Amino acid sequence: MTSDVVLHKNNDKGKREARNSAGANPAGAGRPPLWRSALRWESGLVLVLIAVLGYGSAKSSTFTDPSTVFYLGINTGYIAIMALPMTFVIMTGEIDLSVASMLGLSGATVGYLWHHGWSIWPAFAAALLVGLVGGALNGFLVARVGLPSIAVTIGTLTLFRGLAEIMLGALIVPAPGDAQFPDWLQNIGAESIPGTQLSWSLAIFIVLAVVFGVVLHGSRLGRSMVAIGLQPEAAEFAGVRVKRIKFWLFVLSGGLSAFAGILLAMQNASVSYGAGTGLELNVVAIVLFGGVSIFGGRGTIPGVVLSVAIFGSLQMALTQINVSAEKQNIVTGVLLLISVIVPNLGEVSARLRSRLRRAQPALSGSTAPSDAAPPPPNPRRKATS
Amino acid sequence: MSGIRTARRVAAAAVSVVLVGGALAACGSTSTKKSGQSGGPTATSVKQGLKVYFIPKDTQNPYEVLADKGGEKALSELGGSVTVSSGTQDTAAAQIPSIQAAIQANADAIVIAANDPSALCPTLNQAAKKGIAIVAFDSDISCGSTPSHLFINQADTKTIGTSEVDLLAKQIDSKGEIAILSAAASATNQNAWIKYMKEQLKKYPNMKLVSTVYGNDDPATSLTVLQGLLSAYPNLRGIISPTTVGISTAAQYLSTHKDVAKRVVLTGLGLPSQMKAYIHDGTVQSFELWNPSDLGYLAGYAAAALASGTTSLTAGSSFKAGTLGDYKIMAGSGDTGPSVVLGPPTVFDKSNVDKFDF
Repeated sequence: MTSDVVLHKNNDKGKREARNSAGANPAGAGRPPLWRSALRWESGLVLVLIAVLGYGSAKSSTFTDPSTVFYLGINTGYIAIMALPMTFVIMTGEIDLSVASMLGLSGATVGYLWHHGWSIWPAFAAALLVGLVGGALNGFLVARVGLPSIAVTIGTLTLFRGLAEIMLGALIVPAPGDAQFPDWLQNIGAESIPGTQLSWSLAIFIVLAVVFGVVLHGSRLGRSMVAIGLQPEAAEFAGVRVKRIKFWLFVLSGGLSAFAGILLAMQNASVSYGAGTGLELNVVAIVLFGGVSIFGGRGTIPGVVLSVAIFGSLQMALTQINVSAEKQNIVTGVLLLISVIVPNLGEVSARLRSRLRRAQPALSGSTAPSDAAPPPPNPRRKATS
Repeated sequence: MSGIRTARRVAAAAVSVVLVGGALAACGSTSTKKSGQSGGPTATSVKQGLKVYFIPKDTQNPYEVLADKGGEKALSELGGSVTVSSGTQDTAAAQIPSIQAAIQANADAIVIAANDPSALCPTLNQAAKKGIAIVAFDSDISCGSTPSHLFINQADTKTIGTSEVDLLAKQIDSKGEIAILSAAASATNQNAWIKYMKEQLKKYPNMKLVSTVYGNDDPATSLTVLQGLLSAYPNLRGIISPTTVGISTAAQYLSTHKDVAKRVVLTGLGLPSQMKAYIHDGTVQSFELWNPSDLGYLAGYAAAALASGTTSLTAGSSFKAGTLGDYKIMAGSGDTGPSVVLGPPTVFDKSNVDKFDF
């Protein structure tokens, strides 16, 4: 609210001050505790990871086998790639539930074109283009038209999957009579990067994670995203191009989901329309467990990377120990609940207290400084718009 | 302020609970190292202590559960062991980790009901390279030349497709609009049967296939697509559902919607145990199936024989399948590799449905 007052003076100096404050210290005095709790969340993740690795090594004789790293990459790499743009999108208080359908649509595009005699590179390019256009559709509806992203992307989740189904139907490419995909591409599902146990998808994820980390934590764009997530109105008034940033984040999300779809298609050496059905929830789970706030404005790339490592190794360990799939789902569900509840306990209680204070200002008087606990002005709107 | 502090304390407590839980679980463990072994080239008797991974389409499908039980019975007769591992969804992604686990555990054989004929190939190829014998049952894989594997066919594919059309034709006087309620659109077995159904329908010019819908072997999805089907085609006379999940869901719906049941005839592949009630209340007149437990039993014996080297994939070689007797391996043709056929399907109706307990 204080930044609004500054801005209403409406001169250049005021704008500049507001922008500085949005960049460096967007939430006023609320920032240090949030930063500290984020740090603590990551230390917690490190300990959880150590516990999972210890559990796996102790319970499964094959967990310490180097091939575990390779299989983990095969199973998790393409999901992890989608988690990076999802982190950015959620940081700005939005969500993109269409990622897994876009992965399927991209694979279907490659398969459809391959089936119709295209060569592989143009088919890849077309699939990426489909991803960018689909992402732009999400971005346009959310950022320009102003519709809630959860509704928009549930819509495109169904739309993209439907398009994939129309394209391929029951067809599995390569169908009988089609050429196989090029050998060296198919090998990414069977062979690791020479000299390592890294799958190609996991290696690409690691490179991308470094880039995303630098952008989020070391660039003006990253600070803008944090500002948008904390207080969209304030960021807007402070000169952050909220709509433009949100639009391009959805385009990025669509593009990288399409890329993950291509990777998965080559990893499986085949394409059917249903690839990745339901994976959007795994992606969101990884991001939230990584400590990214579903309300936006808080989260780190190292946290998301740790979360990927935890989910990946937990799945490997539980499958090797032959814990049934139903029980594995329960473990994942509980971890996700913890990740949403624990980091938000502070926010929720702060919001409740401030509501109480506002409800009885005459009785108790406003003794606390107004910026002691800055709740988002309208948390519900932030979470969905 | 105290609110925040409390919240942090709770957070710290919750994290510690998770960690302590993990640490405790880690403590109470024992690890056993298995010595590596690979399927020997030739032998006269089946090896003891074979380790076979059964990877069904998912762990919930009652049909697959029965098949896995049959496999466990076979391996226990042979002094080996079965590990059942799969996901909760009928996807290739859910089966790949189970194949990887089998490779890492130095399994002797993998018996798999493939959710996708192609997407599992790269992982199965890795398994074959490690000397693991690959047997497919229920739904085959289609991987080209590698890995070489044996397919346990429940019944001759063509017979299943044509007999279901004949079964329906008898009940609707060979005329009217009909539809198919299938499982996943990518399921190899379903698509092979549907192909033969379409061919057989050419013999019935007055029967018209208006739609094929996919319920993904999920009761809720099957119900949704069934309702869509019934509202889109008010003149529908018959439904063939060549999947136990589809037919039982449809029978359940028809038994509570008698007006619809009066004009729509349902048949397909069903489990007698699930369909008994609908046969007796008149919702369904007849359906067919083979014994899924026998299918798993046969697959278990085949896997053990291949892993021990007592039989090979060459056409004409044979193996003994316990109480089921001797089986001969048939040569591959076209896209299908070497296979073994369990036997002809059984038709169930009022007269015999109570005699079966699967």
